[in-house]
Amino acid sequence: MNYYFGEERYGNKMPQIIKVGIADMNICYPPDTITTIGLGSCVGIAIRDVTTKVGGLVHIMLPDSTMVKSNQNLAKFADTGIKELVLKLESLGCSRQHMVAKIAGGAQMFAFQNKTELTGIGAQNTEASKVALRGLGIPIIAEDVGANYGRTVIFNPENGAYEVRAVGKDIRTI
Amino acid sequence: MSDITINNMSDQYFDVLKEIGNIGAGNATTALSQMLNTKVDMKVPQVRLMEFKEVGTTMGGEEQIVAGIYLVVEGDITGSIMFMQKKESARNMVSKLMGKELAGEDFTDMELSALKEIGNIITGAYLNSLSTLTNLTIYPSVPEICIDMAGAILSVPAIEFGTIADKLLLIKTEFTDDVDLSGYFILVPDEESYGKILHSLGF
Repeated sequence: MNYYFGEERYGNKMPQIIKVGIADMNICYPPDTITTIGLGSCVGIAIRDVTTKVGGLVHIMLPDSTMVKSNQNLAKFADTGIKELVLKLESLGCSRQHMVAKIAGGAQMFAFQNKTELTGIGAQNTEASKVALRGLGIPIIAEDVGANYGRTVIFNPENGAYEVRAVGKDIRTI
Repeated sequence: MSDITINNMSDQYFDVLKEIGNIGAGNATTALSQMLNTKVDMKVPQVRLMEFKEVGTTMGGEEQIVAGIYLVVEGDITGSIMFMQKKESARNMVSKLMGKELAGEDFTDMELSALKEIGNIITGAYLNSLSTLTNLTIYPSVPEICIDMAGAILSVPAIEFGTIADKLLLIKTEFTDDVDLSGYFILVPDEESYGKILHSLGF
């Protein structure tokens, strides 16, 4: 016996919130939404095809896969992660011309991080994400990057709303 | 010399690292207890090799608001150490140290500074005992503090580790006084430091 009315409406399934971890990515169809929690210096790149309304989110933690030796996990890097997400969306019938991106994250959590070799890793991640998107010809239509606080993001592929939450701040939808 | 990597760690190595966490955190907890003049217990340390995407869940929720005091470690052993606790617990700790109730929701500069100093003293105790045990030189940096979501704070050592590995190895010890203090010490040595630590102990 099934009492969930919502399940009928959505083809036997309630809307899910798909979770993406650090150095991870996933695809999302409406009415589901996709989230990643606690973006610090990492960057969350949400890409959506405006016609098919299929979206995806990748949570990258490093800018460049060619600079480090352990680069098997494509979702870890801005250059490979964004490309992989776009290829995946294309394999699902999306077209690159219809894709738009929104990015959030790239903060500097601790004041002294810039003293280590990873100079301003948050800023590097943001820059590398922009370069990768530009290289793929995907416009960035909104961003909430930098500063010194963590962000949780929720992306809705239906309307492209990218909700950014931070501790002690109002929810911002970009 | 560093033929021990995180991909070929045996149970025995894990046990050794656990013992290091035990000794380090034991000293740190003692320092904390003396400083606050209260009894502080600690739990058996955990050594975990985890995927990056699991990292946030290690502290009881990625969105949990925590105070993280973070030090970069240099010398023979390189890596980082973090002393992390829930915001409430951090407030209680500062309140105990300063001998007064804290006003308002946020920390003042003075209170943040006090918290940083607590972090400095107890991570110092942790690293001192590690240094004595292994006879390796360890230089901690000046502590930095950040109060934010656990996931965002833990991504910082994860990123440092991310340049060399696809998994994160951390030595985590929980402490509590059963009333209003609880938190973790998290030691994240770089990959090559594991070999050095284990070799220095005769492995």
